[in-house]
Parts: sequence; C-alpha cells; structure tokens
Amino acid sequence: MSAPANDSQDYVGFDTITQQMERKFLKRGFNFNVILVGESGMGKSTLVNSIFSSHLVDSQGRRTAQEVIRKTTEISPVTQTLEENGVRVRLTIIDTPGFGDQCNNEGCWVPVIKYIKDQHAAYLERELKPQRDRVINDTRVHACLYFLNPGSRGLRPLDVEVLKRLTEVTNVIPVIAKSDSMTVEERTVFKRRIKEELVFHRIAVYPYPSEEDGEEDRLLNSSIRDLVPFAVVGSEEIIDVNGTPVRGRRHGWGVINIFDETHSDFVHLRNFMLRTHLSDLIEVTSQRHYEQFRTSQLRQIKELRAQQAAAAASGGIMASMPQQAPPQVPAIHQSMA
Amino acid sequence: MAPSAPSINSTMSSRMATARPSSYRHKSEKRGMTYNIMLVGQAGLGRRTFLNTLCERAVIASPDAPNPETANVADPMKFDTYEVAMEEEGTRISLTVIDTPGFGDGLDNTSCFKQLQDYIEAQFDEVLVEESRVKRNRRYRDHRIHVLVYFIAPTGHSLRELDIELIRRLGEYVNIIPVIGRADSFTVEELDAFRANVMRDIVYYKLPVYNFCWDETDSEALVENREIMDHIPFSVVTCDEVFDNEYGSVRIRRYPWGTIEIDDEAQCDFALLRYILLNSHIADLINYTEDMLYENYRTKKLEVGGYGENDEEEDDDEEDQALGAAKKQE
Repeated sequence: MSAPANDSQDYVGFDTITQQMERKFLKRGFNFNVILVGESGMGKSTLVNSIFSSHLVDSQGRRTAQEVIRKTTEISPVTQTLEENGVRVRLTIIDTPGFGDQCNNEGCWVPVIKYIKDQHAAYLERELKPQRDRVINDTRVHACLYFLNPGSRGLRPLDVEVLKRLTEVTNVIPVIAKSDSMTVEERTVFKRRIKEELVFHRIAVYPYPSEEDGEEDRLLNSSIRDLVPFAVVGSEEIIDVNGTPVRGRRHGWGVINIFDETHSDFVHLRNFMLRTHLSDLIEVTSQRHYEQFRTSQLRQIKELRAQQAAAAASGGIMASMPQQAPPQVPAIHQSMA
Repeated sequence: MAPSAPSINSTMSSRMATARPSSYRHKSEKRGMTYNIMLVGQAGLGRRTFLNTLCERAVIASPDAPNPETANVADPMKFDTYEVAMEEEGTRISLTVIDTPGFGDGLDNTSCFKQLQDYIEAQFDEVLVEESRVKRNRRYRDHRIHVLVYFIAPTGHSLRELDIELIRRLGEYVNIIPVIGRADSFTVEELDAFRANVMRDIVYYKLPVYNFCWDETDSEALVENREIMDHIPFSVVTCDEVFDNEYGSVRIRRYPWGTIEIDDEAQCDFALLRYILLNSHIADLINYTEDMLYENYRTKKLEVGGYGENDEEEDDDEEDQALGAAKKQE
C-alpha cells in the first residue's frame, strides 16, 4: 500500500494490483456456501461448528420422543457473517435433515440436488438480465461435505448413488466425522477401500487434478488426495487436560485433542478448506460446475428457440423470442429437475 | 479365558457363583441346552465381532476385501446360521447364532421386516406341526429364536425409523434386547443422554422390548432385573484383538489416545450382556419364548383355523384329533 521500494523510473508499479484487489475485497467481503450431506447423527453440526470455531448451526437430530420423525430431506440454510482481520465472509451452511434417515431412502437426494441446481439457475438468471447487478449475490454451493459412516466396510449403495450425482454439480469433500470409534488400522483400511471404490465408480471428488497446477500445487493436492476421506473428530467443548485447555472429547480411556494430528485429520481438513483452497473452491464452482450448468441450460434455450421458430414458421404464430429468454431459465430448469 | 462374572450387587454375585438350576426345564446333560440367538443390525455396527467375542473364538472369519464393483449393489438380507458348542459354568449349550447381513443396508429396506417376521414364524410353524404329530421325533431340534439382539447406531439423537419399525413389528414374536453398537464413539455423558433418549422413545412408542421383569413371582430376581433394565440399551464395544498381559488375556481396542478393555464393566456393558445371554438369563429367555410368545402365536394360528402345511402322511382323522386335543387344552 505504501510507496514501491524501487524508486527507479523504470519501475512501472503494476505489481500493486494485488494490494488494490485486497482493498476491494476487504470492502466487499465474500460469500462462502457449504452444504452438509449425511444421515443424522454423523456429527455434521459439530464438525462445521468446530471448523469455523463458532456455534453456527444447531444439530437438527430428533432428541425428544414427541418430535415427529422426518419423512423427507429438508433443506435448511443458515447465514452468518464472520469477520477475521478486517475480512468479512458471509457464510451460509446448508444442513439437510432427514437425508438417509428413512427405511426407504430412494430419492432422498433429490431435494439436495435440486437446491444446488436452483442456486446455479438463480445466478444464471441474474447474469442474463439485461440490467444486471454489478455484483451478483453468490448463493452457489462452493463445497459439499459428504459424511461417510464409520465402521461400514466401504461405500454403501446410498453413498454411491448420491456421490455420483453430487460430484456432477458441486465440489464434494468426503469426511468421516465420528472417527474416534475407529483404530488407526481400521481407518487406513477404510480410506484405501473408499479410494478404490471412488475410482471404480468414476466419482471425482475435490480437489480435481488440473494441468494448470504448478509443481507445488500438484504436491499439495496429491497429499490432500491421500488423506481423503478425512477422518476427523469434531468438538465444541474445551476440556481441561492437566491444566491445559484442549478442544476435544474425554472418553473413559483417554482424551482426544482434535488438533492433534495423530488423533485425527481435523487440522488438515480445516487448513485445506480454509487456508489453502478456499478461493479455489469458489473459483472451481464458478469455472467448472456453474459453467457446465450454464452451457447445458443455454443449449436448451437455443433448441427451444429453434423449435419455436420452426413452429412459428409453419403455424404462422408471431413469437417474440428475445424478451422471453430470461424468464424461461427457471422454467426449463424445473423440467430438468 | 472366560472373564469373571461381573458384580452388579451382592445378590447377583452369589447367584452367579452357583450354577443356576432351572425349575422349568429339564436339561439333558448329554445334549446340552438348545439355544438360538439372532443378531440384527446394519453393517458397521459390530455384529460379526460381537459374535466372535461372545463365543470367544473366530466363528465368522473376517470377510475378504469386498469388490469395488459390489459397493453399490445391496445384497438382499441373508440368514447365516452358525452352530457353536459352548460350555458356560458347567452348563453345555448347543448354541445357534443367526446373523442377518444385509438388513437395513439397501436403499429401500421396507421388505426386511417381513422377511424377518416370516423367518421367525416359520420356526414357530415347525414346532406347531411337530407338536401335533401322533408320532413325535425324539431328536427334534428346536429352531425357535429365543432372543434377538438388535444393534442401534450411536447417533446421539433418538431412535431412527428403522429401529422403531423393527422393534414394533417383531416384538410380539421374539425377545428383543436392544444394544448400542460401536458404543466407544460416545463419551460417558453422551452415552447416558443417548440411553435416556432411547428409553423415552421406547416408552412413547410403546415398543415391545424384552421385559426382564416379566416373572413377578421371583422377588429376588426382580431386584436384579430392575437393575439390569437400567442398562438398556446395552453399550457394546467388541473387537478381534486379544492382548496378553500379566493377568491373562484381555480383549482391547487400541487408540492413539488410550486403550479400552472390552471386559471392563466400567467402560461398556459387553461383559454384563454376555453374562445375561449365556448364563443368568438363558432359562428366562427360553421360557418366555416357549410359554408366552410361542403360545400366543399358536393360539392365534389355531383360532384362525388350521395351521400351515399338512403333513402328507397325516390323514384327516389325525388332524381332527390333534385340533380337538388342542382345543381341550385351552
């Protein structure tokens, strides 16, 4: 921000763009939207509250006998603004209570996929408006934490069905949230099996390999891919261990410190999501998932126009095409869902 | 290698010290007691290791690594039968364990309940037919399920739809003992809270779990049984690893933050449950199955008129005689 170090007249000074961008960013803040997908009782709320070090979401599990058992998957987004060192993030956590909780779970993923696509559609609609906002409020889902069941020997049928569909519309990060009931050997075996099955079913989880990556990025991404699925333990409690406050869990046979790398992958997950890949998650959502959605939507509109033009030519109906395009976006999307 | 009897209170320990004679059954020392346990629960809750730890040997070997191709194909529920000859504190038990892999693991699990019900009823029907034969088979083996151990997932919330439906549908045919699988994922406070939630659900939905206090004539047993019922659902942690220390062999699970001993009653209810299933309550479970569950089933079946398949060897006269005899007994 201050005067450039190099005083010579040949110094142009365009390297200050990073600082200019930072100033703009600080002023504007940014949106970060995360969806949590997994059966109830997998530790979703506790994990997300641990990652962001604040109580963002309440657990939606049924705890009293009088509460009705959910029959479908609900979508419940909660938005909060967090601030750190002047940087503001509008964080939206989307919980999915009811997912995978019924005897018959066929189609329990439909509301989830629909929500994610709806956000893409809403963004597209605003983009296509003749008079559009300078900054479109980004509600697109940037990351999906998918919760695997510890103890299962690999992916379950439900996992395969849902992951296939989720990975097509958003960045999916598989995690095992309550991994404190698995020994280290069990975790290793489980991770290896999951990776094999993901490869076999061609399920592409984030991070995606890219040719643009430099050597450093490639190494980092490959070490992250080794950890997948992240075996983490979440906790909102601070417990006392010999006078030191520790965020963790106290069992009858030992105390877990969630920040201890030998106990869980929590630190790696948090660093990965927030310290190294945060902007990449947002960018990839825009450049990969949103672009795919946009391309297929615009293609459909084009085909529809062609059909209507053909109908107009043969039926003599005057169809006014250009004005209709923006409102049609959600209509087409509905039929796609 | 069998762990010593857990001590709940002094009356319980003294009862465990002597082989408990059953006033209801005559045990044939040569054959041993016939005893059938069914294990039901989703994959990943520890059914297989529970069976191995219960019988203190590898009854079910660790399965081979599954093919990645089969991950998204749910195997239909199967009934795998394992026969284990056991000896517990002087009593020989001819134990049969029926495992039900595939329960609750598919996308649509609504057909699992009917399958289980059909299986249990089929065992009743067999006995019904056998009982009414003119010439009975002396070596007939009773396949009725005496107890169903149901594994609940440690969600920390309350019962799920699957759990409620299972207990509701099968409770009138079999003694159901609910247990919490993988209970080592709970802290002590969480376990107490979860137990309370589950018990509230059991009361609210009137779920027919096995009532340990069904026999109100034995007042001494009633006191211990009430204490036992405080542990429902039983917290279960099981493992395949055995470790030798100075006290003998211990079954443990080793974590980076500590080691849990399966047989330590302070850490989980496995030892208590094992004692209940294989020692103290065998007679109760068998008696309740025979005297109450089976009799209710039989009455319902006969009232409807005629039971199951007719044996081809029986002629109509014999059938009428049998029905007449049955009616006289009522």
